[in-house]
Amino acid sequence: MEHGGEISPVPATPGDAAHTRIGVDDWVAEAEERQRGRGPLVRTVAAIPRPIQIVVFIAVLSLLPFVFSEGNLFRYGLFTLIYALLALGLNVSVGFAGLLDLGFIAFYGFGAYAYAILASPKYGIHWQAEIAIPVVMVGAAFLGLLLGLPSRRLLGDYLAIVTLFFGQAFVVFVNAANPKGLTGGANGIANVDPLNFFGFKLTTTRHYYWFTLIAFLLVIGALYFISESRTGRAWRSLREDPLAAEVMGMPVNRLKIMAFMFGAAIAGLTGTIFAANQTGVFPGDFDISILITIYAVMILGGLGSLIGMFIGAAVINVSYELLSGSNPNPSLGRWLFYLALITVVIARIRPWIRVAVVLAGTVAFGFAVHAIVHALEPSATSGAVTNGGSLSGVMSHWTVIPAHSGASAKYAYVGLVAAVLVLTLIKGWWRAIALIPVLYLASFVWENLLSEQPAVTRLIVFGAMLIALMAARPQGLLGTSRVEIA
Amino acid sequence: MSLLRLAGVNTYYGEIHILQNLTLDVGEGELVSLLGGNASGKSTTLKTILGLVRPRTGAVEFAGEDVTQRATSYRIARGIAIVPENRRLFAPMTVLENLEMGAYLNRDGKGRKEDFERVYTLFPFLHERRHQLAGTLSGGEQQMVAMGRALMSHPKLLLMDEPSMGLAPILVERSFEIIQQVHQAGVAMLVVEQNANMALSIADRGYVLATGRLVLEGPAKQLLEDEGLRKAYLGR
Repeated sequence: MEHGGEISPVPATPGDAAHTRIGVDDWVAEAEERQRGRGPLVRTVAAIPRPIQIVVFIAVLSLLPFVFSEGNLFRYGLFTLIYALLALGLNVSVGFAGLLDLGFIAFYGFGAYAYAILASPKYGIHWQAEIAIPVVMVGAAFLGLLLGLPSRRLLGDYLAIVTLFFGQAFVVFVNAANPKGLTGGANGIANVDPLNFFGFKLTTTRHYYWFTLIAFLLVIGALYFISESRTGRAWRSLREDPLAAEVMGMPVNRLKIMAFMFGAAIAGLTGTIFAANQTGVFPGDFDISILITIYAVMILGGLGSLIGMFIGAAVINVSYELLSGSNPNPSLGRWLFYLALITVVIARIRPWIRVAVVLAGTVAFGFAVHAIVHALEPSATSGAVTNGGSLSGVMSHWTVIPAHSGASAKYAYVGLVAAVLVLTLIKGWWRAIALIPVLYLASFVWENLLSEQPAVTRLIVFGAMLIALMAARPQGLLGTSRVEIA
Repeated sequence: MSLLRLAGVNTYYGEIHILQNLTLDVGEGELVSLLGGNASGKSTTLKTILGLVRPRTGAVEFAGEDVTQRATSYRIARGIAIVPENRRLFAPMTVLENLEMGAYLNRDGKGRKEDFERVYTLFPFLHERRHQLAGTLSGGEQQMVAMGRALMSHPKLLLMDEPSMGLAPILVERSFEIIQQVHQAGVAMLVVEQNANMALSIADRGYVLATGRLVLEGPAKQLLEDEGLRKAYLGR
């Protein structure tokens, strides 16, 4: 790009198109250039030919069951795929067509309940999966049509409110039915059959993982072709400017309903897998918290991007599981926390000398504080590291962990939030130096407060992750940045 | 026979009476200007023609057919197209994709190819920039994309909503040259404008709206010389 001094001439050839011209804002003219100017890692990956990328991606995913134990495969593999499938479905209405659908989880729940009704002892019906899955998907799409019909004329906030109501109504409905009713009320439906294809029963986590992987690949392939089709482009124009789309003669209402139906069918499929794998369905599995998780996956991955949904699902699910209270190896959460801190320091601070000063300074600062506190009051450093593990030895000599932290950890937590806010106000070397005690404070809060309450912590870490991402990359990891019309 | 005809149209927004007994027509191949200041009902007239709002009484006829109760997409398919106010391109899509969206209702591949050729002949610039994102073009270039996009549906009647809005004076002139060029290719046009002088200089006939009523109509040359119009809209 040329900058400064001379006014660049009006380009004669299309190749010069990206150069600034009279009457074109620099920012707008460089939009495409900016998208190319990504980090070295992304550029290296992007340089590999697409077919090889796809083959490696599929190979790695399909070989995971040979690396992971059944438990880990279930926790990290299967649920990443389930979240990715749900995000792909949600992405059709929100990412492609721009319809803010907050009732999406109802379709997932519908799929799960429908399969449970069609294949469990509750009604004595035991359908084969090759019949049940298409029926459930068509049923979910039909439910999408029912939701789409009354809301097709609603825009933005109003659509969000109506669909949110729909999602809640579903939970209330399945919950309110008495135990002998259609959905079994709060007791749900138990003993759901495993998926059974032509007599072959999916029984192990490996089976479900591979089946979900196949479903995921089929869905992502289908969505790729749809997004490149006339309908896909029509959805995008609908998202960008509904009025302009309408005056181009596009059947706006039909396109919206189609988006709902597509997303619903994918959610229904995912629900079927979930119900069969869990061998039971309960109202609590389809409440607002899973909706928030799927939105987080979609926002993280980048609206409208397909493979972004997988990456978003992997990041969210793996970090969610690592921080989970039921994780058999809770010290992994500690690794995640410190790695995230160090990654942020390395990614956001420049020049490199400052990174080195901050990291070395924090380490030295910690040992110094620990030594001083220990000399003054031995009991203040005698506490045990919660959820030990490989890092605990170092941490017990670095972070101040009182035998009874009492209220001090809570005050420190409030102080940490305040300190982070103050950090955003100062610049340059001062910020780098101020960062050292703040990082140490973060470690203190983690060891004394957060690692003892993983359930709360993971929500906080999620929130922080999304806020940081939105500040750094508003379009999500793989979303394309929007070009505003001049 | 007129191509487009509004007969005694009364359009309301809620209880507010916007278009009051509006009657106007555009003949085959004719270039008609619809003038008026802010809030005179110009945009509502276009919305009524497109079917984005329905008149409470009166009729909209296009190509000899009563389309008053027809959907927007039906009217587009019959041969109405619009270049909306502020162009409203699909910014993150390429020029080519924008043009494709203009031909949305044309499913026939061969016909579509001809439409592309016709538009590219008219605007060679669009062919040059077909892979560029529409949002990265300048205002005048975007105007060309918007015109091209509207022409992709092979319209009999092209509606232009404030083509001079947001353009530098030199580009306004260029934009009106393009309008004349398209008109000479045989497309009837209804140009809605605040810039009365410019709009009348290229038009065959003109209508002047004020608070939803027609106050003047006649051949463009005559309107240009009309004392009342000059005072009210040309400011001299």
